[in-house]
Amino acid sequence: MDPSKPAPAKQPANVPLSITAAQPDPAVAAADQAAGGTTVDPAVAARATAPALEMRGISKRFPGVVANDGITLSIQPGQIHALLGENGAGKSTLMNILYGLLSPDEGEILLDGKPVQIADPSDAIARGIGMVHQHFMLVPVFTVAENIVLGNETMANAVFLDVHKSEGRIRDLATQLGFQIDPDTKVGDLSVGIQQRIEILKALYRGAKVLILDEPTAVLTPQETVEIFAVLRRLASEGTSIVFISHKLYEVLEIADTITVIRRGRVVGEADPKTATEEDLAEMMVGREVSLIVDKGPAHPGDVVLQVQDLVVADDRGTVVVDGASFEVRAGEIFGIAGVAGNGQAELVEALNGLRRIRAGRVTLNGHDVTSHSSRELSERGIAYIPGDRQRYGLVMTFPVEDNLILTEYHHAPFSRFGIIDERAIAKRAAELIPAFDIRTPSGEVPTSTLSGGNQQKVIVAREFSRDLALLIADQPTRGIDVGSIEFIHKQIVAKRDAGTAVLLVSAELDEVLELSDRIGIMYRGRLVAVVDAATAEKDRIGLIMATGRVDSPGLGTSVVRAEVPA
Amino acid sequence: MTETSNPGASGLNVDPTTLLGGGSLGRQFAVTAIAIGLGLLVGAALIVLSGLIGPAQTLDLTLPITAYGAVLEGALSGPKAIANTFNSATPLIFTGLSVAFGFRAGLFNIGANGQLLMGAFFAAIFGSIAGIPFPIALLLALFASAVGGALWGFIPGALKAWRGAHEVVTTIMLNSTAFLLLNLLASQVFKDPAATFPRTPNVSTDAILPIVLAGTRLHGGIILAVLTAVAIWFLLFKTTLGFEIRMVGANASAARYAGIRPGLITILTMSIAGGLAGIGGGVEILGITKSYPAEYIVNYGFDGIAVALLGRAHPIGVVGAALLFGVMRAGAASMQRATDIPVDIISIVQGVILLFVAAQVVIQHLLPAARTRRGDPVAAAAA
Repeated sequence: MDPSKPAPAKQPANVPLSITAAQPDPAVAAADQAAGGTTVDPAVAARATAPALEMRGISKRFPGVVANDGITLSIQPGQIHALLGENGAGKSTLMNILYGLLSPDEGEILLDGKPVQIADPSDAIARGIGMVHQHFMLVPVFTVAENIVLGNETMANAVFLDVHKSEGRIRDLATQLGFQIDPDTKVGDLSVGIQQRIEILKALYRGAKVLILDEPTAVLTPQETVEIFAVLRRLASEGTSIVFISHKLYEVLEIADTITVIRRGRVVGEADPKTATEEDLAEMMVGREVSLIVDKGPAHPGDVVLQVQDLVVADDRGTVVVDGASFEVRAGEIFGIAGVAGNGQAELVEALNGLRRIRAGRVTLNGHDVTSHSSRELSERGIAYIPGDRQRYGLVMTFPVEDNLILTEYHHAPFSRFGIIDERAIAKRAAELIPAFDIRTPSGEVPTSTLSGGNQQKVIVAREFSRDLALLIADQPTRGIDVGSIEFIHKQIVAKRDAGTAVLLVSAELDEVLELSDRIGIMYRGRLVAVVDAATAEKDRIGLIMATGRVDSPGLGTSVVRAEVPA
Repeated sequence: MTETSNPGASGLNVDPTTLLGGGSLGRQFAVTAIAIGLGLLVGAALIVLSGLIGPAQTLDLTLPITAYGAVLEGALSGPKAIANTFNSATPLIFTGLSVAFGFRAGLFNIGANGQLLMGAFFAAIFGSIAGIPFPIALLLALFASAVGGALWGFIPGALKAWRGAHEVVTTIMLNSTAFLLLNLLASQVFKDPAATFPRTPNVSTDAILPIVLAGTRLHGGIILAVLTAVAIWFLLFKTTLGFEIRMVGANASAARYAGIRPGLITILTMSIAGGLAGIGGGVEILGITKSYPAEYIVNYGFDGIAVALLGRAHPIGVVGAALLFGVMRAGAASMQRATDIPVDIISIVQGVILLFVAAQVVIQHLLPAARTRRGDPVAAAAA
């Protein structure tokens, strides 16, 4: 969509198309959404009252950068308002202003039509603004109830807490939102999805009328995402206004009543989720046409580069999670591994990179047996690896960008000679890679932690792709990064394939596997139960095999080659 | 996905690198300078208070100036005072480097004291071998002290790498082990029969560190210490091994990914750290005491932790911090003579300075640039 064209008509706020009583049952709506429907009733958002929250002409400047430039935003009671933008577009700054963490240079904030000054987060909380951060602020050794009341304790008397009263209120709140919770459980024992609900409960317990969620789905599994969406819809139907920050287009289309797109600190437009498409939104976000479809020609597979036979690998607790996996990857093809998270993909990838012990089986690279070789040996034989958890494995966040660009090559020439680091050679490499891979950084010398997620990932991609490589192993190469960076990284992977590199791709996003791969292996309980030609693969059937592990599902046709399952 | 949540939930999980703080060199310097200033201020208040409750029982607001003046005079006026200051700072530079070196690899070396004792003992034994000419005897004794300390650093390093034993626990225990073991050896096996109290034989005159400033007791240890600091700086920041050590310290998982074996680096780092503390012990024996007394009670290892923290685990910072401590130590006695204020005040000032270094968050807020929120994604991405 051209930004100069008028954005799709926004639902007029003052026309009561329907009244709150006419809301659809949120559970039904949730089911519709899960089934892929787009039947959000915008009327929920269109009550004839003053906006619950208005931000007018908000500007915030940091040294050398305008983070927010006259942003105006208006949120109706009971509305789910998505704030969409690339990493670094200014979403978080705007929300930090709203939550009192930053003060705006210009502009005003109105709550229920009245201008307010928000001094700090406790002030924001007192005014009914709640925030759920992307990284949870919970104390793992405390119980659910203790976490929720922390800082807002109900006292039985001057000395003791009234735990029972708090627990009762928490149970009631959870029931209201449609789920059960035991306030007595330790938070550290709960899944990430539940922890997030506790964060939401925490905000509601403090009386939040406006709830800000900063990329709430970034850490969730698809199932947990469906569940949290149901909770959010229920909340909205009861009158809570929700600001939903995200850069995931399909999610925003699914959950939001209104979408505001921000680019480089300015509002570039609003979109109606009923009429907007992912392509429209991506273009507004990035400011140019973005190809969401991977543009690639047919593969020209060559010799077998990686061969894996009957591989057995255990997880940290000693449970066998890769249980006789066998497959091969050829030069010039992308072999994708699809599977529900937790079926051994992560351990398989770690074992192939020498980071996890191989219990049994054989791995060959270009015909050489490399089973149980060290990471260093594998890397020197031409395996490049984009790790799934980039901040943990892929980068040393406190190191300068230029050091991270040579993290897997620091030990040999030209970067090291006779045990001495050559800083000029490192700076020279950085000067080449930073523009070539469009890494947005003020210089190669700043700590990598100051870069946005997409740019951090580009540092890893730049480093691994600039090596002389035979096999590229990419684990979740685009997790948590914005569409512009995703497009770039996808193009780079395809370019590597076309240059004759064998590529092994693992991704929790089935769409990514389907679009990028030439062949797809489906992993179920530690084995590759089927190998499918991507050109003829159908998403639903792959999903079915992923879920059941059964290849003999009806109608798979000839496109499925049954993988050899060892006796 | 769940495995990455809840850092810090796993009990004893001290990350020494967090104590070092961040920011540019200039900023770190400013934070440290403010910590020292605040430490001196609190010390001044205590000095006024001690005047009130001391023998004089008067409220004298100029007393801190007199006291600090006396410290400076005692530490810096004249060659003898300066020699005393440098000699006091020398072992602290070595133990400070030892602790700082460990910090860089993410290791908390509480065992510098034990390593220093081992180094001291080795220097005393190898230095007492007769019949070796001057520079060789000295170099042999110094080398022996490094080996002795390295051995005492290797043990906790290996225990950590192979068995997962936390170095804080093992190094603390090895401090006592070293003291008691060497006490036994010095009073039984290696005892000088001619000595009145139990100690090892005197080191040969060819193994003694030469005096570098005529007419004073200033021995060559300070020169060796500064050269060692420069060498450690080079090792950490200019060599491939230093890159590996810093990578393991900053992110051991990423280091493994990059092909490093963190266990090996842990053993190597602890051995080098032990060797540094060991040389510190050797220098004390070869420059000052000339023999190893059975009850060799010193506190250089623990002061080394303070020096490393104050010096921000940077070798050059360590030298500066050790010199500051040297000034305070050397001047404390003359302060007591001049003002009747107990020398313990100086220990309190040192402690308070450290407290402010550890509580640097407070100081960060005093600095103007600290107003910009840390980690702001927008400012960071587009700056």
